[in-house]
Amino acid sequence: MNAVPIAASAASTAGAVGIERSPGLWSLAWKRLMSDRVAIVSMVVVIVFLLLSLASLLGLVAKDWNREVAVNYAPPTWFKDSHKPAADLKAGAPDAGPAVDGAAAKVEVVNDRDPLREVIAELKTQLGQSTGGAANADSGIKVVDPLADVMAELRKQLGRSGDGAATQVEEKRVEHLPFGADKWGRDVLKKVIQGSETSILVGFAAAVVATILGTLLGALAGYFGGKVDDGLNWFYSIFSSIPYILLVLSIAAVLKQKGVLTVVLILGLTGWTSIFRLVRAEYLKHKARDYVRAAKAIGATDMRRMWVHIFPNISHVVLVQLSLHVVLFIKSEVILSFLGFGVPVDTVSWGSMLNEAQNELILGYWWQLAAATAFMAILVTAFSLFTDALRDALDPKLK
Amino acid sequence: MGAYVLRRLWQIVPTMAGVILLIFVLFNVVGGDPAYLLAGKISNPEQIANIRKQLGIDEPYWMQLLIFVKQVVTFDFGASWSTNEVVSSMFASRLPASLMIGIPLLILETIIAVTIALAVAYVRGSFTDRAAMVTCTIAQSVSILVYIIVFQYVLAYKWGLFPVQGWGNGFFENLFKFAALPVLIALVVSLAPNIRLYRTFLLDEVNQDYVRTARAKGLSENRVMFVHVLRNASIPIITNLMIQLPGLLVGLFLIERFFSVPGIGREVILAVERSDFPVIKAVTVYVALATMLANLAADLLYKAVDPRVELK
Repeated sequence: MNAVPIAASAASTAGAVGIERSPGLWSLAWKRLMSDRVAIVSMVVVIVFLLLSLASLLGLVAKDWNREVAVNYAPPTWFKDSHKPAADLKAGAPDAGPAVDGAAAKVEVVNDRDPLREVIAELKTQLGQSTGGAANADSGIKVVDPLADVMAELRKQLGRSGDGAATQVEEKRVEHLPFGADKWGRDVLKKVIQGSETSILVGFAAAVVATILGTLLGALAGYFGGKVDDGLNWFYSIFSSIPYILLVLSIAAVLKQKGVLTVVLILGLTGWTSIFRLVRAEYLKHKARDYVRAAKAIGATDMRRMWVHIFPNISHVVLVQLSLHVVLFIKSEVILSFLGFGVPVDTVSWGSMLNEAQNELILGYWWQLAAATAFMAILVTAFSLFTDALRDALDPKLK
Repeated sequence: MGAYVLRRLWQIVPTMAGVILLIFVLFNVVGGDPAYLLAGKISNPEQIANIRKQLGIDEPYWMQLLIFVKQVVTFDFGASWSTNEVVSSMFASRLPASLMIGIPLLILETIIAVTIALAVAYVRGSFTDRAAMVTCTIAQSVSILVYIIVFQYVLAYKWGLFPVQGWGNGFFENLFKFAALPVLIALVVSLAPNIRLYRTFLLDEVNQDYVRTARAKGLSENRVMFVHVLRNASIPIITNLMIQLPGLLVGLFLIERFFSVPGIGREVILAVERSDFPVIKAVTVYVALATMLANLAADLLYKAVDPRVELK
């Protein structure tokens, strides 16, 4: 590589007047990263995703993802032809209408085996809510529809509980959305943004937990050696001998309360082993070097040598591992949430979207699957390419 | 050699003790009182006390730990909490289905991944190489769930090339009819990361001096790549295969679940869903043991592949 011009320009950006300062690892790595087109593009994509999930976290976008803005399974705008299934549902609506007036409760109990029961019940809830005799219909539906309570609650929050005619509700709902709508008529685009927030948040938080744990233990084992090393190695061998996914599932089976924090802890507390091994090897290598012995000679404490002297010299290894683990944990979170061991039901993640999409696909509604897949694939591809570029930039010897 | 194996086996003991301790703490201490789970809604104190006595969890922790160690050593984990099936016979009956998918997968995957990796390593830096690597990166970014959902929908449900799900009784019926699509999907999913990995192993070798010497002697390119380079790159490849081996039993759990294959992986998922602790405990302990034995087997294989390796 053309090291001379880079060194010169780096020195000038460092702002050193008079004395030529040689560029540090980070400024050199930054230069290398910026000279890599793939790295820049993937970094921009990753940053866009991060900003998007940050905006979603702060409630700037997709805050109202839970609102039912479209007809059930409204197709994406660009695919109006595949509207057929939704049209069937709409045709079914007038049939359901008359039943609402009187004996909704009775009909519900009799129609126990009707495959469309849920759909009709849902339509009825909508119609029943908006017409006068809502209370009666509701109590009937509650028997069969476990979600009736939740639905009613949601509707109340959205402020369309009592008044207004049936037609008004229908009018409010649009036929098409850019990314389509799900079973309840919620905007898939908003849902997938919300899902990105959850998945990215979990991925990053778990990677931070795993990295801190792995680095801390690895540093202790590598630096102190002896008994500490033996003990921590024993600990490491236990965790690494149980296949990762089995350990994750075991902990998921034991921890019954679900929550984003639980998933972060499950992934973080199980995924630190490879970081531990790498960091330990680095500390073993560095602790005998001259600069550390010099630090000892001038009276630096163990802690100071570990974290002030050695750590900056191995931090690039840690950074690459952090980046690698974000991708790994995002993928794991998707699988856990898909199986129902991940984030709670009322939280959207890419995994829970895929779970819903699995059943929708058979009915021909493919858009939720496509949206979740595309968002995840784009982020993970960009992140993987960025990680590769980061590794090349920080450690050019590797190539 | 014999001394080496004995010493390695002896080293397994403390790790195994740690695994048992970890599982014990996880399920018996953190996991809380399973009697309430089992008793369900219609519980009265008497019933719960009864269940606790049956499970042996009214004993102090050290006694429970002893019971658990005895269970591990005697391969007797009692009956499943949800189906009452004896855990050991449950695994014996689930193992064939898992192997039916796992073994063909491992063989096909190794052959195909190594061949493609050799091909792209041979033309390293070329457009083909870069295109293959980009394809692998993108293919790796799509969740395994999407592959399963889409392949099952398109190939089995829409086109009817394979049964949508299920499992038969005959050996060949299972192998060629029911295992075909699961193996295909697992193959597609595992090829991308393995090709990338094997390519880097091979690239470490293609620039070595012995390769130049082999070419200078006038050996054919096929012989250089398949005999000289491959043999030297085989140690990391074997390590990778051996690491995958125990995970294969449970690693295919998603595929087994989607295709209703009565294998061990699906049983694990069901057990987690039902909080069936004996089943999860048994799988975890024995798969951990299998992992350690596989690591030992890998080290012994190194010696067979590369006589320079010294077993210490």
